Amino acid sequence: MSIWFVPRDAAARSMGADAVAAALTDRGETVVRNGSRGMLWMEPLIERAETRDGERVGWSNMTAVHIEQALPSEDSEHYVGPVEEIDYLARQNRWIYERVGVTDPLDPEDYLRHGGLAGLKNALAVSGDAVVDIITTSGLRGRGGAGFPAGIKWRTVAEQSAQPHAGESRDATPHKYICVNADEGDSGTFADRMLMEGDPFCLLEGMTIAAHAVGADRGLVYLRSEYPDAIATLQAAIDIARERHWLGDDILGSKVAFDVEIRVGAGSYVCGEETAMLESLEGRRGMVRAKPPLPAIKGLFGTPTVINNVLTIASVPSILARGAETYAALGQERSLGTQVFQLAGNIAQGGIVETAFGITARALVADFGGGTRSGKAVRAVQLGGPLGAYLPDDKLDVAMTYEALAAAGGMIGHGGIVVFDETVNMADQARFAMDFCVEESCGKCTPCRIGAVRGVETLDKIRAGQDVEGNTALLRDLCDVMTQGSLCAMGGLTPNPVLSAINQFPEDFQSPVIATG
Amino acid sequence: MTITRQPEWNAEEAAALIAPIVAAESGPVLLCLQAVQAHYGHVYSDAIALIADACNVSRADVHGVFTFYADLRETPPPAVPVRLCAAEACQAVGARTLKAEWSAACEASPELATLTGVDEPIFCLGNCALGPAAMVNGELIGRADVARLCQAIDAAQAQERPL
Repeated sequence: MSIWFVPRDAAARSMGADAVAAALTDRGETVVRNGSRGMLWMEPLIERAETRDGERVGWSNMTAVHIEQALPSEDSEHYVGPVEEIDYLARQNRWIYERVGVTDPLDPEDYLRHGGLAGLKNALAVSGDAVVDIITTSGLRGRGGAGFPAGIKWRTVAEQSAQPHAGESRDATPHKYICVNADEGDSGTFADRMLMEGDPFCLLEGMTIAAHAVGADRGLVYLRSEYPDAIATLQAAIDIARERHWLGDDILGSKVAFDVEIRVGAGSYVCGEETAMLESLEGRRGMVRAKPPLPAIKGLFGTPTVINNVLTIASVPSILARGAETYAALGQERSLGTQVFQLAGNIAQGGIVETAFGITARALVADFGGGTRSGKAVRAVQLGGPLGAYLPDDKLDVAMTYEALAAAGGMIGHGGIVVFDETVNMADQARFAMDFCVEESCGKCTPCRIGAVRGVETLDKIRAGQDVEGNTALLRDLCDVMTQGSLCAMGGLTPNPVLSAINQFPEDFQSPVIATG
Repeated sequence: MTITRQPEWNAEEAAALIAPIVAAESGPVLLCLQAVQAHYGHVYSDAIALIADACNVSRADVHGVFTFYADLRETPPPAVPVRLCAAEACQAVGARTLKAEWSAACEASPELATLTGVDEPIFCLGNCALGPAAMVNGELIGRADVARLCQAIDAAQAQERPL
């Protein structure tokens, strides 16, 4: 009897996957709820196999009505053939996402059958120091945006001794923390969410390896409230992992003791900044801290703390399983391994593309993405989230590495790529960038708190055609103050989208427009 | 029809709700506020003093945390909250148009406006390849338009069971 796979990912559910699964069940079919393959324009993409791990053929854009009429056949116009042979997937190099879309995210046996825990077992067979060396050798850099080498961060934490919480007595239990930043607030990014919904055990395994490496006993995942499915799936995975001793006092029979809890955010973008996240985890307003002290030395409650993004931590199990050298052989310059790119916005084939660093933005947008969804010409592409620069279509031949993008005035950020067609007004987008900073600034430093408000006002004057030259000069000056004077990336990088819009699309700032907000 | 789902404020009950959090956590204020909101649907003003006393911090501190976070509300939520994503990826596929259309629909129908509340923009629901994205009563909607929003609202209402 055939097995049907219907994704339980929130993106697939947002297109009706639950109804499709229910319709299949109503017909007496066996349904497995897998993660999403990441070919999101096909969702709900359902697959059929004769055995649990057999070859899977797929049908895209299915609805419950289709299923109620008849089980889909190979003659259907929705038929896409063997799923893993689809060009979009076949051309990827999946490390972090190797199981996402393949397995049932909450079936621990499925996880084990597809290579789960191989990395943790290898890690537990050697010392924590040796694990830090492996991560250093792999060249893994932080995927949250800053690109800080993970091995150096881990080494710093490993060298500290565990501390009691600040304010506790000196004989209170000392701790070190692994804090995973899952506050994926950048528009155009959803790779953290899909990983947590599609392979949550991978994140927990990565955190456990990190804990062993640096000697941490507690883990927290700071997960944004906008992701209810991810919260539910990760919590269910934590419960299963505890039952199986993948978390707890004697992990896989070793002496490593480590447990993980979820902390849900409360609707603040700036809490994705690591020190604001620490403040929020400590129950306070999410206001940025000045560094030093580094969180690796005095982090959560004053204890040594590893803070890594979901994708950074989720890279760790496969590095331990397949080897640091194999990983470091991928990529270019000091951008090694794979990056999970996310194609979003006005794009025909949006979704997840995991591939080695160095692919060009054009290959991602045109070859994988298939151009715009609207069919109109690509006008602008925003790389790296709301704080990233806008690039015009003729600048898309840049290689997607930390170094090449920095040289081109952009940044890789969290790997998000948002495509706009020719109907976009870049003055609107510049205003939005400033307005977003007004909304989300934590308020601690003046350049960000006040500068963003003045930026919106000045952009409104430019858009209304008032002394465009003078106000543009003023805006550039303001952006300079924000860049140089802000405490964190919120105020410091907001000028990126604003200035790139002015520099690359000056025509949009010349003619008065009607304010749209 | 107003559907009452959230219980009335009860100080003893609220104190019992936050006591285990205060006992277990080093930084409990935000967790207490979230627990109160999860139970009552919003943060009653009485909760501020209660949490301040329980956590041994000032009311101003608790109020400061309460006002910082967009999720924490001082009024009950609408029966079927509708949130439209206002961030860049959704802007690229017509989020501004959808917002205008939705506002017009709510202006034309006061019942709809009361049922779904004033749309408070939300920045990114993580559905950026299938925008415009929206959330209706906690359910994510891809490629949203007014018809799909109304469908989701009907579905949410059909599921509602008054206490």
